[in-house]
Amino acid sequence: MAIAGEVNSRPSTAMGAGRRTAEFGGKLRAGTVLTHLGLIIVCFAFFVPFVWMITTSLKENAQIIAWPPTWLPNPFAWSNYTDALDEVPFFRYGWNTVLISVLSIAGSLVSNTIVAYGFSRIEWPGRDVVFVFVLASMMLPFQVTMIPLFIVFSKIGWTNSMLPLTVPFFFGHAFYIFLLRQFFNGIPRDFSDAARLEGANELQILWQIIVPLSKPALITVALFQFLASWKDFLGPLLYLNDEDKWTLSLGLANMQSSMGLSQFGQIMAVSTMIVIPVLIAFLLAQRYFIQGIATSGIKG
Amino acid sequence: MSSTAVTAPTFQSDPTWDTQLQSQRRKSFRKLLTGLAFISPWIIGAAIFQVYPFFASLYYSFRDTTMLNNGSYIGLDNYRDLLHDDLFWRSLKNTFYYTIAYVLIGSVLAVGLALLLNRDVSGQGIYRSVIYLPTIVPLVAASVVWIYILHPAYGPLNYQLSRAGLPTPGWFSDPTWAMPGLVLIGLWGIGNVVIIYLAGLQDIPVELYEAAEMDGASTLRKHRDVTLPLLTPVILFNSIIGLISGFQYFVEPYVITQGGPADSTMTYGLYLYQNAFEYFKMGYASAMAWILFVIIMAVTLLVMRSSSKWVFYQGR
Repeated sequence: MAIAGEVNSRPSTAMGAGRRTAEFGGKLRAGTVLTHLGLIIVCFAFFVPFVWMITTSLKENAQIIAWPPTWLPNPFAWSNYTDALDEVPFFRYGWNTVLISVLSIAGSLVSNTIVAYGFSRIEWPGRDVVFVFVLASMMLPFQVTMIPLFIVFSKIGWTNSMLPLTVPFFFGHAFYIFLLRQFFNGIPRDFSDAARLEGANELQILWQIIVPLSKPALITVALFQFLASWKDFLGPLLYLNDEDKWTLSLGLANMQSSMGLSQFGQIMAVSTMIVIPVLIAFLLAQRYFIQGIATSGIKG
Repeated sequence: MSSTAVTAPTFQSDPTWDTQLQSQRRKSFRKLLTGLAFISPWIIGAAIFQVYPFFASLYYSFRDTTMLNNGSYIGLDNYRDLLHDDLFWRSLKNTFYYTIAYVLIGSVLAVGLALLLNRDVSGQGIYRSVIYLPTIVPLVAASVVWIYILHPAYGPLNYQLSRAGLPTPGWFSDPTWAMPGLVLIGLWGIGNVVIIYLAGLQDIPVELYEAAEMDGASTLRKHRDVTLPLLTPVILFNSIIGLISGFQYFVEPYVITQGGPADSTMTYGLYLYQNAFEYFKMGYASAMAWILFVIIMAVTLLVMRSSSKWVFYQGR
């Protein structure tokens, strides 16, 4: 956890030092215990849905609709997973989702790096005014652009393909531009000035100096885009008609509306399989997530 | 402009001041071109994917456009029809309900959680991860899990409520309780807001707390007089983000309730989607989209203007 290291230890320990130390120590310990207790209760509430999802994915349907509900699967119904894989083309959905994610990540990395460089490391007249427009573009609700874009994409024959879900990311996105610009601004000017004196052009400076120094920020962008593509529902819902082009979210929503509670074990099995990749991505790289989100707020 | 400073000495040998100015100008012009070249992907993308659709949807809002047919100009008819569309008003009301509940309850919950997560106890990394975890779950997956958790007959939550002797709501089968159920799911995903508050808390200088302690302030007073005022800029930021996303609320009602029961969860985003892509009333839906845009702008401006009364900026 990146933030953990910076936590200000709250200075309450300094209070009344020397006086009645024993009683004070007791009070402090009580405070710590209470904090832990509060955190454990809250974390339990936030974590329970995950546990419920996984245990339900291993229950037989008779147990799922039994009253009272029970926690542990009895017997373990691994068949929910195999049945679900027989029932829906899970790997097909998964492959489509991965492909959309990978293309979107590639587009986001290339375009936002270049654009953010233009907004931070090159000084040109009017730059900061234009940047205000970039930020303002985040205010535009998707619903406003959704319909005309759909009409355009149908006219050029892009519907029922992943193009409308990936190509726009090759043109930069305000949030990522903002994130990378913040990071680039923090890199000392001397680095690029020295390279410029040696005759390097801006693209060379970007590629040889800025990019290697910006790995954490680039990883953050890649992760956010992965998550956004993996989670996206409205986009695939609008554009992907054929079942063999569907994404995981689309397939799961369809399972829910066609099977409902009668096959809940299978639905939970598929949910579990959708959540696990993002869970792994998060556990491997949580500090980049946290940093990215924290940055977005601090500037607010 | 340090690069100009470096090359400046060579210009001093120039015969006239005029050429010096000219080359300065040429240099700045070249910088402008380079800058524009670098941001050109964004300019092109914004033009195609934002500016054009922004105005095109205004254009469609004055037409009876369907999916297949551009339609003809009908003036303000779409807007007039919307005023007489009960479901439009219902969806607007529901959306305000969700957004206000989510932002208000969410702010209190998130600040409280951030304060807890900011205490100097061991294991905070794990606690923070657990609170953040729900935000990475795809909304469809979250929705189906919660359908079961809140199921009135088979769900574990109502079972626990009944064991505790509390009333057991019908959640998504009861028009009164369907919206609170959706708010509950929204609050489950409050983790990224919490992280932003946490970052805000860690920006507050320790000296301020030390000074408050010198004056003998209690923990409660410290939070009221130091933490809360200094957190107001973050509260403003999170409220605006919450409002903007709340007004576009779509996925959970689409997957869980399809707007029911009795239209109690018909949100603005859902009704707009249905008009555009289920009834193919693209012109009508475009009018809705523009009204949404105006509402979001108006509410954001209102909140921003009110901020001078309650937001406290350090060092100002």
